[in-house]
Amino acid sequence: MRGPIRRWPLAAGLAATAALLVAACLRLPHFGGDRHPYGDRAVRTALLQRTANTVSSVNFDQRALDTLGEESILFAAVLGTVVLLRQTRDEHRVAPQPAPVPPPLRRYGTLALPVALLIGLYVIAHGQLSPGGGFQGGVVVATALHLLYVAVDYRALERIRPVGPYELADGVGEAAYVLLGAAGLLAGSAYLANTLPHGTFNTMASGGTVPLLNAAVGMEVASGVVVLLAHFLGQALEIVGEEGERT
Amino acid sequence: MTVLPYLVAVWIFLIGVYGMATSRNLVHAVGCLAVTQSSTYVLLLAVGYRRGATAPVFSDIPVGTPVVDPVVQALALTDVVVGATVTALLLALVVQTDKRHGTVDPDELTELKG
Repeated sequence: MRGPIRRWPLAAGLAATAALLVAACLRLPHFGGDRHPYGDRAVRTALLQRTANTVSSVNFDQRALDTLGEESILFAAVLGTVVLLRQTRDEHRVAPQPAPVPPPLRRYGTLALPVALLIGLYVIAHGQLSPGGGFQGGVVVATALHLLYVAVDYRALERIRPVGPYELADGVGEAAYVLLGAAGLLAGSAYLANTLPHGTFNTMASGGTVPLLNAAVGMEVASGVVVLLAHFLGQALEIVGEEGERT
Repeated sequence: MTVLPYLVAVWIFLIGVYGMATSRNLVHAVGCLAVTQSSTYVLLLAVGYRRGATAPVFSDIPVGTPVVDPVVQALALTDVVVGATVTALLLALVVQTDKRHGTVDPDELTELKG
């Protein structure tokens, strides 16, 4: 089906979906209203657990089991991408040639890389206090490492990024989350319960297990993104087909 | 208009679905899926908004200040993470499709190949 034949069922389907969604929107609680029963309870619990960033408290304490599921989706997606983007039997690798980089870009990259790396680690470490956490900080760390590819070249990136250890770190991050959950069982409480001392409100050592789980997630996300990009870059720059042309 | 933010989410959702259905390129279709998914961010954050409230982070505001709903913000974070990883997986599938079939136009992918 192509062209106008396909347009009509599409238009009908979209119109019906639009009508249903608009009808649903008209019955939703008013925008900006004052009634947020779940939000109020989540805020109260977060303050009891002495976690200043309530979003982190929801993610890594009150809904920590859901975050385990989310992390497993991330892990499975990285695994799936690694399998899909592997080097097949009729392909071989070529060494990518260095390309000239404009000096201002090189200077900017050299300056920005350590700053970005530090910000990423800061965001992971302060997940219980300020906006951020393992997921956001992990992505910043992985991006910082890839500034090396933009500012220098692919071979420089490869030197600091042996894929093997990052794949291992991805698994270790996932395992650390699962094992930290089991620590709750050993302490005589529920799986992933926040059993550690909650510490002093609004200091680095607050929130109990929240900073530890954040660190585990940060490790997994950073190495997961590095592994993902490594395989996409490998496909684009290194792996060629039988005839020698880039595939 | 108190329903306008919700209607914006509906609009983003529909425009994304339209893009996916009429797409002539699988990379474009994956992009449209990301647009469709971003409508859920708008919807979640609109549901959690409280007029005159600030971000639900108490490191620099006194306890007791009205804040927006942190539960939907946590859900939006989950949404972003899952969306990014699914996009990566789909793009890997597109790379493989291009290698095996030599095309990324969904209309030309008509036959099954072993």
